[in-house]
Formats: sequence, structure tokens, C-alpha cells
Amino acid sequence: MSILEVENLTVDIPVAAGMLHPVRSISFSVEKGETLCIVGESGCGKSLTSLALMGLLPKAAIRRADKLLFRGEEIGDLPERKMAHLRGGAMSMIFQEPMTSLNPAYTIGDQLMEVFRRHVTRDKAAARDRAIYLLEKVGISSAASRLGQYPHQLSGGLRQRVMIAMALMCEPELIIADEPTTALDVTIQAQILHLLAELQNEFDMGLILITHDLGVVARIADKVQVMYAGRTVEEGPARAVFDSPQHPYTQGLLRCIPIPGKTKRGERLGAVPGIVPNLVGDLSGCMFRNRCPHAAPVCATADDSLVTGPDGHANACIRPEPERVAEAVA
Amino acid sequence: MLAYAIKRSFAAFLILIVVSGLTFSLSHLSADPALTIAGEQASDEDIQAIRELYGFDRPIYIQYLEWAGRAMTGDFGESYHYGERVSTMIAGRIGTTMSLGVLAILFALIISIPLGVVAAMRPNSLVDRFALLVAVFGQALPTFWFALMMIIVLGVWWRWLPISGNDSWAHFVMPTIALGYYATPALMRLTRAGMIEVLGSDYIRTARAKGLSPTVVLFKHALRNAIIPVVALAAVWFGFMLGGSIVIETIFNLKGIGWLSYDALLRSDLPVVQAIVLIFASLYVVLTLAADLVNAWLDPRISVR
Repeated sequence: MSILEVENLTVDIPVAAGMLHPVRSISFSVEKGETLCIVGESGCGKSLTSLALMGLLPKAAIRRADKLLFRGEEIGDLPERKMAHLRGGAMSMIFQEPMTSLNPAYTIGDQLMEVFRRHVTRDKAAARDRAIYLLEKVGISSAASRLGQYPHQLSGGLRQRVMIAMALMCEPELIIADEPTTALDVTIQAQILHLLAELQNEFDMGLILITHDLGVVARIADKVQVMYAGRTVEEGPARAVFDSPQHPYTQGLLRCIPIPGKTKRGERLGAVPGIVPNLVGDLSGCMFRNRCPHAAPVCATADDSLVTGPDGHANACIRPEPERVAEAVA
Repeated sequence: MLAYAIKRSFAAFLILIVVSGLTFSLSHLSADPALTIAGEQASDEDIQAIRELYGFDRPIYIQYLEWAGRAMTGDFGESYHYGERVSTMIAGRIGTTMSLGVLAILFALIISIPLGVVAAMRPNSLVDRFALLVAVFGQALPTFWFALMMIIVLGVWWRWLPISGNDSWAHFVMPTIALGYYATPALMRLTRAGMIEVLGSDYIRTARAKGLSPTVVLFKHALRNAIIPVVALAAVWFGFMLGGSIVIETIFNLKGIGWLSYDALLRSDLPVVQAIVLIFASLYVVLTLAADLVNAWLDPRISVR
């Protein structure tokens, strides 16, 4: 049984110009001990997807899903009060901005213990022990004395470690990390990711890592899901997606980063030209068509659902590889 | 922290010297104390004699230094009109003014903070509009007019409350409302703005992601941060209220030092006026300092600076 199974998740937000469709019918699942990376550029709907899973969408947003199963139970229609019991307990989240995600008015000890005392036990001593244990786990030295410190006394890297410890306080089965390293120094980024992967392994949790950094994905993902303009354009086992990207968007993204052994010395790195389309109103066809080197008239109208190949590697290109190759030859 | 306190105290001392110096010179320029003491029928010789007796003929800075030196020991001289010791007169009345000020600021906070929080939770809702209405009225109505309306309705028509004097707690109800309502709009708007900003912050999202109850998110995580500027403003308003009590105490005939200063101003009773100004200024300075210390406690980032 998957820890999380999502089928046709859609988020709509009414705006002045009409209805915004930032997330449109996306599906995925996460198993115990598995890492799913959701990849895409800014504005592709990946952060909203994570907030939708946690039930933390802005009030105006409308969430729909055919299935939203957590540990096999439907949570899509759970009342807020029951959802709050899952949040921070069995499923927890790590955010992008460690500098502002901790409350400046309370000590980190207070903020760590608070979530444990809410979900596990009121016992203060137990919460304190757990907080010290986890601070040590995330690599913070002299953990006991850190409990009395305020967020402003810690560096960004340390704060993100605290956020990770906080997410782990109640032994969650699923962690959603929304670009956890984007705001950090490059040297710290690697450490934090390493830590995250290590802890996931140790505690056998499901991990959804949301990122736009393909280098990160290559290192720790089991499964990859590439999102573009609120749709999944390609998904599959990480190796398959990296070794033979099918969708032109994925191919474009992968040309943007140097890959050891593949990218030739002196070769120019690629870029995906153009900008993401406006997602207000009725949408049809492939949203990538106005930036796609292989676009044809059919792309404006045809169905952009995923087509799954034999190894579970799926892509949504309306003109799949063989067709494009035939065209190039002719 | 100690260095900070010492620095602040020194600044406070300088402020008090400037304030008392200005009051002293201005009041001696605007009224001739010898004339006040001698009375209207006095002859020129009598006035001159009084001038020499009290030392009014000396340069003003000498008079000021003499007064300041005695004031530091708590001796503010005698009232020209009542002949009583100024310190005794003030000691007997300051309780009334302080009670009124404390009650009024509490009234303002009790109204404005919950109203601001509720308004912030649902911006542009009916509750928010109602809060805005309350605020606009509070800002637009002159205090004395509002006080007079209350006297007419609650005191004269319905006879619920006494309208004059300070014999019982009931005498404080209307003055408290009149004075407190005046401060409500500013405090309410600041609470609302602060709460709206804080509720949209990342750490509130974190608190919600931790599955904390809405009450904990709102009161523990949001209000504590939103209230910081409100505390500073409340302290300033408390100072205003002690000063503003001059009007209210006069209207309701509450015999506090506001009433006393009004009385003393009418009679050019300079020792009383100077003493009261100095006391108000000191209170103001102490309040600002206290607000800073409370803020340092609420916001751990402040004390480091």
C-alpha cells in the first residue's frame, strides 16, 4: 500500500480575470522509503501541489481530486480539525525559507517541543528529550543549550536543520520538502540534501522533494515527475527519465545542466526559450507548444494525457519521439 | 541591557531639564506672579514689595536654578492661591488621575485588541466594517462632545451614572469610556494591520503545517508578534491620556491633577503648573522606557541591539 496516492489533483483559484488553473489533473504515488522528486520551473504549480496535499492552500483556492489517499484512507474530504491531526504528525512539511519559517518570538526548543506535545504526548520532559535527540540527528552540536536560543541567533543552514528536526519530531511517514535548499548557500545545500536523504533512509519515510534543481534530483530521486504549467509532462523512474528523456520540455531542462560524462567540454549549455503561459481561463492542448522546437498545429488541440511506456516511464508529448524523428529525416 | 538602561536614563534626564526649563521661562513670561499674588486691588508699591520678597526681580535663570534645585528634593514650593504645599496638593490628587488613565487605557486595549484581531481574521467582512465604523467614530468625535453626550444621555435622561465628582467607582465609568474611546481607533487599526501582516507570514504557515489548533496559531504565534507595535503605541497613548485628562477631569469634575492644572492655569498659579508639567513629562519618559522594556521582552531580537 502506498503511503500517498493522488489521482487527478486539481487546484483552481478564482482571480479577477477569470479562473486560474495552476494545477491540473496530476497523479502520483509515494511508497514507504521512496523519494519522489517533483521538478519544474517557477510557477509550474509544484508548490501549490505540496500545499494542496497538506491542506494548506490559501482560502480562495479550490482543491479537487478523484483520490487523495494517505495510508489508504481518503483525506480529500477530511474536515479541517481532523486534517490538523495529520499535519505535523504523520505527514509533515519543510519549507523553502528557513529565515522566515520560524517564529521570531519563541525559542527553537519551544517550537520543536510544541509539535510533539500536540501530537504525541503532553509530557514536557519527553518532548525535550526528543528535541535534543533530533537536533543531534540533524547535526547540531550542543543541542541541549540550543533549545533556549531564538531563531535570529542561528544561521540559515542551522535554521533549516531545525526545520528538518521539527518535521521529524512526531515520526512522520511522509515528508514534503518544498525547495528546502533554494535559500541556502551552495556549500550548505549539499549538506542539507545529504542529511535529508540519510534521515529518510534511516526512518524509512516517504519523501516528496519539490525542486527545480535537476542536480539534486539526479542524486537522490527514486521517481521523477516533471511538471509544466500545472500538468505532468513526464514521469518515471529517475534513471529512465535522466537517461532517455522523452518530452521536449524535459529534454530542454536536461540540456540546461552539465552532466558528468555526457556534456562535452566547451559545449554550450542549453536554455529553454520563452516564458510560461498564462493559465487563466479554458486551456487546451499542450501548454509547452509555444516554446517547443517540435510544435505542430495538432499540439494546440490534442489531448495531453500521459502515455505510459513499458518500464513505467510516461510522457505527455502529443507528437512522441518516433514521429518527431520521422519528420526530421523527411 | 544595563548600558542600554543607563543611556536611556541619561537621555530622559536631559528631556526633563529641557521641558521644565521651557515651562518655567514661558510661564514666567506669560504671567506676572507678583500680580497674581497681590490681587487686583493691590497698589504698585505692594506689587513691587512682593516681587522683591519672592525674588521675582532676579534674572529668570537664577529663579529656575533655585526652583530646579528644590524640585529635585521633591519640594515644589507653595501654591500662590491656596497657600498649600504643592507636593501635598499633587499627592492627594495624583491617585485619581492615575486610576483614570489606567482604566482608560485598559478599556481601550480591551476593546481594540479583540476587535482588531477579529477584523484581521476576515478582512472586508461585516465584522471588519463594523470595527472600521467604531474606529472612524472614535477618531472623528471630539472627546469633550462625546463626554457631554454621555452626560446628557446616561446621566441626565436615564440617570444611570453620576455626572460629577469622584466619590465612587461609578463616577469613573463615563470618564473612562470618554478617554479610552479616544485611543481605541489607533490601537485597533494597528492591531488589525499587524495581525494581517503576521497572519500572512511564513512562520504562521509553519505553525499551521504543524497541525496546531487555530487558537494556538492565532494567539500564541500571531498575536504575540502583532502586539509588539501596539504595546509601544499604548504606552504613548497612556501618556496622552494623563495629559488629556485635563479636559475630561474638568468636564466630569474629577478632582485629579488634570483638574488641578486647569484650575492652576486659570489662576496663574505657577508653582502648581510647573510641578504638574514636570510630573507629566517624567511619567511620559518613564512610560516610553517601560514600553521599550516590554517590547524587548516580547521580541527577543530587540534586546540584542
